[in-house]
Amino acid sequence: MSKLIVNNLSCQKGYNLVFENLSFEVNSGEVLKVSGANGSGKTSLLRIIAGLSSFESGEIDYDSFNLKSEQYKLDLLYLGHLASLSPELSCLENLKYSSLLGKNSLKNDYSKALKQVGLEKYENDLVGTLSAGQKKRIALSLLFITQSKVWLLDEPFSALDSKAITIIESKIEEHCINGGLCILTTHQECNIKNLKEIRL
Amino acid sequence: MSIFLNTISRDLKMAIRNPSSFLNPLMFFVISISLFPIAISPEAETLSRMAPGIIWVITMLSVLLSLNTLFHYDFDNGVLEQMIISHHSLSLILLAKTTAHWMLSGLPIIILSPFLGMALFLNSQSIIILILTLIIATPCLSLIGSIGASLVVGIKNSGMLLSLLILPLYIPILIFATSAISNAQSNLAIDGQLYFLGFFLVASLIITPFLSALSLKISLE
Repeated sequence: MSKLIVNNLSCQKGYNLVFENLSFEVNSGEVLKVSGANGSGKTSLLRIIAGLSSFESGEIDYDSFNLKSEQYKLDLLYLGHLASLSPELSCLENLKYSSLLGKNSLKNDYSKALKQVGLEKYENDLVGTLSAGQKKRIALSLLFITQSKVWLLDEPFSALDSKAITIIESKIEEHCINGGLCILTTHQECNIKNLKEIRL
Repeated sequence: MSIFLNTISRDLKMAIRNPSSFLNPLMFFVISISLFPIAISPEAETLSRMAPGIIWVITMLSVLLSLNTLFHYDFDNGVLEQMIISHHSLSLILLAKTTAHWMLSGLPIIILSPFLGMALFLNSQSIIILILTLIIATPCLSLIGSIGASLVVGIKNSGMLLSLLILPLYIPILIFATSAISNAQSNLAIDGQLYFLGFFLVASLIITPFLSALSLKISLE
């Protein structure tokens, strides 16, 4: 059973203290929703847990591995504000490269993943020609092929319609049932089981 | 190795679909060199004496022009973040990106250089040495440039800063490469210059991917 523990974490940007002494833990099977006003440090928190940003003080442990360990990186899936897609590549090409960077298998399931998010017709279309919502869907289609246990999702529901939100919520629930854990930030209401919430 | 080859193939594919990113510096290379005979003198003796310097300075500047695009697009769309948190070695991924950059900037220059060398009245022996110096040293330009590009990746309009950071590091390459071609024109030994360029290539290959990875992590924090 995996566990992510954040202990007395403090983050400072320039002279501004974004948050301090933040502690929580997320066990496998749980979803943690991080909420708060704009600028309260939700994205900063996810970037710190992803190992992209440094922090002032505190500790973060994942099954006694630190953030720079190979095992943690293998178990991590981070989807940030930016969709991490190249406009010159097709949906399929983008998905293949993204999955290569992370811990993914099921090599022939790219088309299936795109079908899950309703983009099977756009497989070979260049991402630059798609709308913001469609780009978000492609980024989220990675959830259907990843084997990573720790999902960090920054505003996963932004730019999505209600149908797509339901699909993603179901996928997050399925991930937790299979022993994964998820931390997400959102301003929207979530209909996800085993949801814990912290407010920054 | 799969991530290395896939990254090269991805970057080449992206460049082919957005050709201005690599064609503009190449056009600059060809046009600048072709203007020298008009601006200075069409005399064969004058031009052939100046040719090593002209070709190498313009090569450096055109590679410098193309460096802005090395990490810029991937930074803007968030792919660089995914590369940093990937379990694959960031140094290896950046080495792949730099290899693709060389294939799009240095390699076309090597292919075009014999024709431009002939236009500047270089003799056949000197053209062979010119090609040799370009083969050894243009990868160094991309490798060293990748450090600068990773340091300024988050800064808008960073062209001038990048030049200030990188050009001083290019100077030894410029000195030894032009000296090798000039010596070849005078039938003097060129071994020393080529050995130095070779050493520079090996040292860049070993050191720069780690430095680029380190500076990229700092830039994206």
